[in-house]
Amino acid sequence: MHSFGYRLNALLTFAVTILALMCAMGSLSDNLNTPSPSAEIQIMNINWFQKQPQGNDEVSLTMNISADLQSLFTWNTKQVFIFVAAEYETPKNSLNQVSLWDAIIPAKEHAKFWIHTSNKYRFVDQGNNLRGKKFNLTLHWHVMPKTGKMFADKLVMTGYSLPEEYR
Amino acid sequence: MKSTQIRQFLYQAVSLGMIIASALMVWKGLICITGSESPVVVVLTGSMEPGFKRGDILFLYMSKDPIRAGEIVVFNDGRKVPIVHRVIEVHERRDTREADILTKGDANDMDDRVLYTSSQHWLQQKYIKGRAVGFLPYVGYVTIIMTEKPVIKYILLSALGLLVITSKE
Repeated sequence: MHSFGYRLNALLTFAVTILALMCAMGSLSDNLNTPSPSAEIQIMNINWFQKQPQGNDEVSLTMNISADLQSLFTWNTKQVFIFVAAEYETPKNSLNQVSLWDAIIPAKEHAKFWIHTSNKYRFVDQGNNLRGKKFNLTLHWHVMPKTGKMFADKLVMTGYSLPEEYR
Repeated sequence: MKSTQIRQFLYQAVSLGMIIASALMVWKGLICITGSESPVVVVLTGSMEPGFKRGDILFLYMSKDPIRAGEIVVFNDGRKVPIVHRVIEVHERRDTREADILTKGDANDMDDRVLYTSSQHWLQQKYIKGRAVGFLPYVGYVTIIMTEKPVIKYILLSALGLLVITSKE
């Protein structure tokens, strides 16, 4: 009853249980955090806007993205993954979401930033619906913890539109 | 003398059976609750680094909500091993409410089009097995070691079996 084997077993079980409990508490502490992120995206230029050989519309644009996401970080945050997506609807599709740019913020100090960039991923439609199209730009963030539950949310910015003609 | 020995042996066998049965019940119960065929998966590749590293485990949950961009999903379109990547494009049809989906690993430069079986351009919603909602680091590394060096799995299992049988209760 007091052999080495039993003692080791009891110790290990206890240690693992405590570890699991600490991970759970760490994750729960994230719920106490009330984030207040802010962001602004400006479309500086439509670089080109064409119909591809396969028939789909494609547009290349340059954006100015500025954001303050410092309030998302807690001690249990490993990184925050952010991406900007264009959201619009077409006659065939009730919703289209196309990711244009993403980044990984590894620490709180990098969470307040300003970047001037063209779209990292191609903005291609399923069809030819983009001329004169009104769309929203959404900044999504995904808080990835050191342990536990992940949080995701987004900020929707409306009022953007594409040119009426190809260029 | 003999009957007590038999009784002891039966007792050990039943205890072992109980352990295995309760483990199975917990696993199947988790499958029901999370709505996912595999409620816990081990990350096998580095394509989602630095967020998820090889050996981390992910907790999955599948709800009826439509798939939206940004979600980290596990999909299996008929491959050997399911893939855990992020959704970067969604095109949801008005009429059928089904969506064409494109995924990409955070650490990859290219999207997953080359990976989709039967050279599909889009991933269909039915192949998505679950969404990642929680995460624990390093814990899954044991599984990776046991898969890549099966010897260790046999050693561990036989040692465990031996322990249960020889323990004096």
